[in-house]
Amino acid sequence: MIAILKKIASAIITIVVVSCLVFIAFSVIPGDPAVAKLGTQATPEKLEALRIKMGLNEPLLKRFVLWLSGIVRGDFSTSYSYSMSVNSLIAEKIPVTLILALYSLIIMIVISIPVAVFAARHKGDVIERTVTIINQVIMSIPPFFGGILISLVFGMTLKLFTPGAYVSYSKNLGAFLAYMFFPALALALPKAAMAVSLLYTSIVDELKKDYVRTAYSRGNSTKGVFYNHILKNACIPVITFLGMAIADMIAGSIVIEQVFSIPGLGRILLTSIQNRDYPVVEAIIVIIAALVILSNLLVDIMYRVIDPRVGRSNE
Amino acid sequence: MSLLQVKDLNIEFHDHIIPETVVYDFDLEIDQGEIVGLVGESGSGKSMSAMAIAGLLSRHDMTKRGSIIFDGTDMLNCSRDKLRSIQGDTLSVVFQEPMTSLDPLKKIGYQVGESMMLHRPDISPEDRKKRVIEVMSHVDLDEPEKLYDMYPHELSGGMRQRVMIAAAMAITPKLLIADEPTTALDVTIQAEVIELLKHINRKHNTSILFISHDLSLVRSLCDRVLVMQQGRIVESGSTKQVFEHPAMEYTKKLISSIPKVEIDDTDC
Repeated sequence: MIAILKKIASAIITIVVVSCLVFIAFSVIPGDPAVAKLGTQATPEKLEALRIKMGLNEPLLKRFVLWLSGIVRGDFSTSYSYSMSVNSLIAEKIPVTLILALYSLIIMIVISIPVAVFAARHKGDVIERTVTIINQVIMSIPPFFGGILISLVFGMTLKLFTPGAYVSYSKNLGAFLAYMFFPALALALPKAAMAVSLLYTSIVDELKKDYVRTAYSRGNSTKGVFYNHILKNACIPVITFLGMAIADMIAGSIVIEQVFSIPGLGRILLTSIQNRDYPVVEAIIVIIAALVILSNLLVDIMYRVIDPRVGRSNE
Repeated sequence: MSLLQVKDLNIEFHDHIIPETVVYDFDLEIDQGEIVGLVGESGSGKSMSAMAIAGLLSRHDMTKRGSIIFDGTDMLNCSRDKLRSIQGDTLSVVFQEPMTSLDPLKKIGYQVGESMMLHRPDISPEDRKKRVIEVMSHVDLDEPEKLYDMYPHELSGGMRQRVMIAAAMAITPKLLIADEPTTALDVTIQAEVIELLKHINRKHNTSILFISHDLSLVRSLCDRVLVMQQGRIVESGSTKQVFEHPAMEYTKKLISSIPKVEIDDTDC
């Protein structure tokens, strides 16, 4: 329990450090939000007036403290270009991106476990080699290209969905989930391929262990031995990869949202960077960082739940 | 008819370029309630023969000729389902390495009760727990209720081997194959495990095939002894006969390698 509290504390510190870095980075890089909004033709007086209105004339430290205390209260200040609060701007986009990442995580797990077990059970024959080759190919397809292929095959040819016809989750949850399956699949496939090869190697390692023979000696079927004994043991090294995969999926969803015209965090992030709309960019980066840190924390807790040998002896 | 009848068992490996025979013309018979010792140095094929009897050798990469009839079932040619219905039910195995032979992620209680769960599905989980705790106390494990929810890494080597024996005895098999069950344990615990095996044999009339390279243990436990060398049985007979009048030079060497302790009034 103490170890978990320590992890939570260090997660909070990490988020503060990340937000600090983000703020400094956007204060240092060239580019003026006022110019971006009014255009290069604007008079110096108008620009100065807008800068005062945006609070850009204040000293850096004061602006940072103001911004950070806002975040603590859950207020990400006001967007420069949309003249509305960042909160209301991104509030409805967060679930879209989050569901996309979660969806692809589920698809990844659902695909990788049976495929890895299947390949391990057929170790050394043609089936295993075929799986390995297909796996290598899928692993090397980047999600955005996979997304284009999926749009082409499932969307244009098989007509399973209409590319671009995004339905908001607040309007029709079923249609939303049906549409999101395809971008989630594009995001999940390369990660699933990686998970398959990791899990496969891990299962083959576990197969050599003595407890497997013990399990057989008690009358377990091969399926029972695999799913009841080997799989849990084999998952332990793969859990670390899961943490990285979640982070990658959240980051990857920014690109995949463009391919499938999904109005999530990714789309608004890109336009905000072009408009030098720093409060929005900063808010989204802090949120993504927080999500990644949170998922790593969950992975850590999962480790402890699955493996009784982790972190018990020193408590 | 005897409980186990092995005739002309030959085991040949094919996972190298040249096929390699590891067991030649192995014959063995065990009656109900009998304890038979199988001795020989490492690599003599004793574990391999025992794993063949237990049906634990893979069906790939090797051929097995001859016949193994256990309790009326042809173990080499029966279906996998038939084999599984015997493994863990009428035939159990205790392995050499108690440290690695238990699944590190499963609770002790689950592992002891696993064969009961697989072969007696009609026993309710509550009853199963009760019986598992009973079996655990029969093998002299202290505080079985507490151990039930513990994991293998929290136990000592001797305790783990008791857990292995409890798991093997959970539904009272007819034959218990003990493959070097004491090798990884220290001497005092070895003696306790031998006593435990004797007790199980007397109480349940369970036959035991005891595999060891430790002849002093075999002498104190077994009714009959088979000596193996390079894949062949070179000598067999009652324990008394083999130890007192060994026919083969190899057996004599094995016996003379038992460390002798000089005690004035020997009572063994």
